Amino acid sequence: MTKELKAPKKRKIASLDRRKARGGWLFVLPFVIGFILVYMPIVIDSIKYSFYEIKMGAAGYQLIDAGWTHYKTAIGDSEFIEKLGEGLKNLAFDIPMILIFSLFMAVLLNQKMAGRAAFRAIFFIPVILSTGIMESIESQNILSEYMGDSSGIDDGSGSSTSGNIVSAMDIERLFEGMAIGEGLLKYVLVAINDIYDIVNRSGVQMLIFLAGLQSISPAIYESVQIDGATAWETFWKITFPMISPMILVNAVYTIIDSFTTNSNVVMTYIDTIYNGKDGMVLSSAMSWIYFLIVILVLAAIAGIISSAMVFYQRRD
Amino acid sequence: MNAQNLDNKPKVRKETKNKIRVEFERTPLKERLKAKLLSMYFVKKVVWFLFRLILLIGISYVVLFPFFTKIAGSVMAPEDFVDVTVRLIPKNFSLDMYKAIWTELNYLEAFINTFLLSLSTALVQTFICCMIAYGLAKFKFRGNKFVFLAVVFSLVIPHQTLQLSLFVNFKYFDILGIFQFLNGGGINFFGKTITNEFLSKIDIFPNAWETFTASGINLTNTYWPLIVLSITGLAFKNGLYIFMLRQFFRGVPDELEESAYIDGSGIMRTFLTIILPISIPMMITVFLFAFSWQWTDDFYTNVFFTTNKVKLLPKIVGVPSSLSNDYAGQNIYYAAIRNTCGLMIIAPLIVMYLFCQRYLVQGIERSGLTAD
Repeated sequence: MTKELKAPKKRKIASLDRRKARGGWLFVLPFVIGFILVYMPIVIDSIKYSFYEIKMGAAGYQLIDAGWTHYKTAIGDSEFIEKLGEGLKNLAFDIPMILIFSLFMAVLLNQKMAGRAAFRAIFFIPVILSTGIMESIESQNILSEYMGDSSGIDDGSGSSTSGNIVSAMDIERLFEGMAIGEGLLKYVLVAINDIYDIVNRSGVQMLIFLAGLQSISPAIYESVQIDGATAWETFWKITFPMISPMILVNAVYTIIDSFTTNSNVVMTYIDTIYNGKDGMVLSSAMSWIYFLIVILVLAAIAGIISSAMVFYQRRD
Repeated sequence: MNAQNLDNKPKVRKETKNKIRVEFERTPLKERLKAKLLSMYFVKKVVWFLFRLILLIGISYVVLFPFFTKIAGSVMAPEDFVDVTVRLIPKNFSLDMYKAIWTELNYLEAFINTFLLSLSTALVQTFICCMIAYGLAKFKFRGNKFVFLAVVFSLVIPHQTLQLSLFVNFKYFDILGIFQFLNGGGINFFGKTITNEFLSKIDIFPNAWETFTASGINLTNTYWPLIVLSITGLAFKNGLYIFMLRQFFRGVPDELEESAYIDGSGIMRTFLTIILPISIPMMITVFLFAFSWQWTDDFYTNVFFTTNKVKLLPKIVGVPSSLSNDYAGQNIYYAAIRNTCGLMIIAPLIVMYLFCQRYLVQGIERSGLTAD
């Protein structure tokens, strides 16, 4: 009699790597499910709707094929094209300004000085408080202008346009002797008068730069100091290369963030279309056109910055 | 040698048990100050200090000035707005605006609703983003890169572009047509429509249930759209939080978890009892962002809350009827009222910010954010 000897069934024991991989999926599961089941349908529907006419009722909604009409209407809308140009111009203006300002402020706030904590607290107020509804209140605020305006008490100079911090005249006088082009002069002038907007919009960028500055080892600064580098050299030879990956991150963030600000003329226009009569789908088409243009700009800028400016990439 | 020593020996002025005071020659004070103050180094330092101070104070002024004007405008009586001699300091003090906003615009109700909404979404977002970021930072699994790309993708497409589709998808909320199926509707399966005849006969979800229509659930005018987005880590700027937290978790040494694993702790337990407690400053930063951006948000509240059934703070901005009047300074007066509304909306945030601001910077500083 032969009795077959059966080997005891091996219980499969997953290796640690396997288990860890499973754990990883467990952690990202909420996002993956949401991305596939909630987000992708929303994105795809958004593109789909822009080719349809939509009729909403209590029991459901109806889609009527409309082809490219919405896109044609959008491109035919001269006001939209005008706003689009203006919006892109603003974007081109804002990005360097916000990046330079936030980098400068981050370097300044990173230095040891009396009252640093207080200044930091004040500078990050806009990140927390001047968003959403506050921004829309602020965007057409005549109160600030009225309060800051001293023209009510006539000083006899006859200038009543003191909503601006500085006038073109002052700056022009200041730069008269320097061989600065008129374009640059205008740029600086607009930037100074828009300082409130720029401060408001560079909060997160400042935080990101500050975090980047903190991650530079103090030993490097110490050694260049011993070698006799000036502060100027230290900035351009040490700080700037080390922080350059952050510049890319911030450029991308600034562009994305510009969609949500109230000073964005294109989104404001699209919003009025959305809230107008039968404009929901048209606004969808318009915002896709705008988004595609901006994403192209984004890709171009990211390409330029990453090839020309990012010197230092930390390896894992 | 001995004599020399005696010569140079400092004169003892006073000697006690613990201290000794000796007299020795020193460069006169005048000389010392001269050497110190007239050096280029010192002058540079002072100039830089002054320049920096003026700049920082100037920009702080730019940041704070709108708040001053709001506060000043909020306590002025209507007469003050036509008086050219009154600017930042009110002549006729009045709290009418606060009273009117409190009573007529249902401030308290809106406050409680917004508080519940912001607190729940911010807590969920903080926890979920921590989970996702931890999974992305510390586990090497197939598809890790792809999931991270998806996170970036969800950050890059602004929700403003998806406005219509967000509204439609949550008005007729349905995952893979399940709700429609349960309610007896047809389900579209690869072009074929499968009808659920069995369920349609029993009708377990009677149509009397108002929100439950044949094509999904109407989630608009409830908190659900925002909660669904929060649970899945897709809400406003969640990609940014995940990015920040991922960088933070990458800086946490692996040894910490390994020692926990060796001691027999599971993956989830390690996360909850070891990783979360050390990331509290970072979590407070994320919570602060999520909470205050939800608090003042006017985009989602406009898209998802189409009726006035749920009162929320960003929607109360307006002119109370008892304050509406018709006189010369009307425009500026109404602007002041709107600003007072804004001030009352953010008042709780200001209080919160005062307590949490040090964590904001601390959290970011510790993240060791790098762009790789």
